[in-house]
Amino acid sequence: MRRVVVTGLGLVTPLACGVEETWSRLLAGQSGAGPITRFDPSNVVTQYACEIPRGDGSDGTFNPDDWMEPKEQRKVDDFIIYGMAAATQAVRDAGWEAPSEEEKLRTGVMIGSGIGGLTSIAETAVLIKEKGPKRVSPFFIPGALINLVSGQVSIRFGFKGPNHAVVTACSTGAHAIGDAARLIAFGDADVMVAGGAESPISEIGIAGFNACKALSTKRADDPAKASRPYDADRDGFVMGEGAGVVVLEEYEHAQARGARIYAEVLGYGLSGDAYHITAPSEDGDGGFRSMSAALARAGLSPAEIDYINAHGTSTMADTIELSAVERLLGNHAVNATMSSTKSSIGHLLGAAGAVEAIFCILAIRDQVAPPTLNLDNPAVTPKLDLAPHHAVRRRIDVALSNSFGFGGTNASLIVGKVR
Amino acid sequence: MSDIADRVKKIVVEHLGVEEDKVTESASFIDDLGADSLDTVELVMAFEEEFGIEIPDDAAETIQTFGDAVKFISEAA
Repeated sequence: MRRVVVTGLGLVTPLACGVEETWSRLLAGQSGAGPITRFDPSNVVTQYACEIPRGDGSDGTFNPDDWMEPKEQRKVDDFIIYGMAAATQAVRDAGWEAPSEEEKLRTGVMIGSGIGGLTSIAETAVLIKEKGPKRVSPFFIPGALINLVSGQVSIRFGFKGPNHAVVTACSTGAHAIGDAARLIAFGDADVMVAGGAESPISEIGIAGFNACKALSTKRADDPAKASRPYDADRDGFVMGEGAGVVVLEEYEHAQARGARIYAEVLGYGLSGDAYHITAPSEDGDGGFRSMSAALARAGLSPAEIDYINAHGTSTMADTIELSAVERLLGNHAVNATMSSTKSSIGHLLGAAGAVEAIFCILAIRDQVAPPTLNLDNPAVTPKLDLAPHHAVRRRIDVALSNSFGFGGTNASLIVGKVR
Repeated sequence: MSDIADRVKKIVVEHLGVEEDKVTESASFIDDLGADSLDTVELVMAFEEEFGIEIPDDAAETIQTFGDAVKFISEAA
């Protein structure tokens, strides 16, 4: 099987627009949480979220005009703009902007989303009710479809290889990177632009997750303290938004063109819980099996994992994942560091797995594990170091990222230094 | 220029993101102003909304230029 490496990164997160801007704020322990401003939240229970900082594009702010023409923005839901921004960053970072026609045929796109154009679907439903179906925009459908991030990215850059999109709730970003890596490994493409994008901070999104009792509700007075994975006082996840996109490339292809190689995709594992629509099975067996499958694919032993970026959403399920990781690592658990960066950026749903895979890649690059914020009083005594409050400088050659989604869909990615 | 022409021009400029001076009498939405078929559908909807008129599909197909739009709307409104 052909080897797959990462040669480009792109991020739009609640901390910042941009990879280095996000990463430095993450390591510094900053939180992206604040009062909801994207819509009037007075009718929903949760009053806070992790919103992308919008601005003129300076100092890590996100200016949509930097990434898409204003007249094009009007035709698409926000998740597509976020995805275009992250993909454009990643493609530039990889130096793969204007390959030859032949190379374009060998470059594909696989950027997914958990729920896609939720806001435009809600707004269009209201429009139909108020003004009738004849007022529905011709851009409604192509602006809301999940695979239209992949479509838009392919059109912008002329990438004519496999064009695909993953939809597996909160595992989307991880599945997209894993599946795209396999397309390269199998020879369907030499380069894949892969990741996830999400824009769920709207009345329908917050109301929907409130109804499932999944969101934190109690910390309107101090939103930065609301996302607290593993902490005894956690009360649900904090909604985030944004996108993470990587450029994946066949190893020799990257070497031949002298590309900067961040890391290698060593392993990818998938599993299903077959248990419940929103809750993981109590024994964490689904996560355990996806991690085990990723290790087997990588040909690594559990003792070789240095850092784990947990799914860790700040819900009751955190400790289920923790025990599954401890079961996997066994005696090695005391040597590994695990953190949940959702404590800083919230839960980006379909973008989460891709953003967190990028954090693993940067952890390897800089030999530092980002912190788990707000872990004041752990709900259980962990065998692992959960990096409470502060980033941990340590050797990180191999990192594992977990993503678990509604429906019982699990994905684990293992990335490592190229050897 | 008539009030109708001004309002039509404003819609065209907004929706297609073009300079105002490009929107001339004979300017074709598709050939000169960069619209695609979905853009023209949206433009016609915007005209309907702005002027409170109905533009049937077969009539919409005859509206190819800025001048066509102003003429049709002036007669219908």
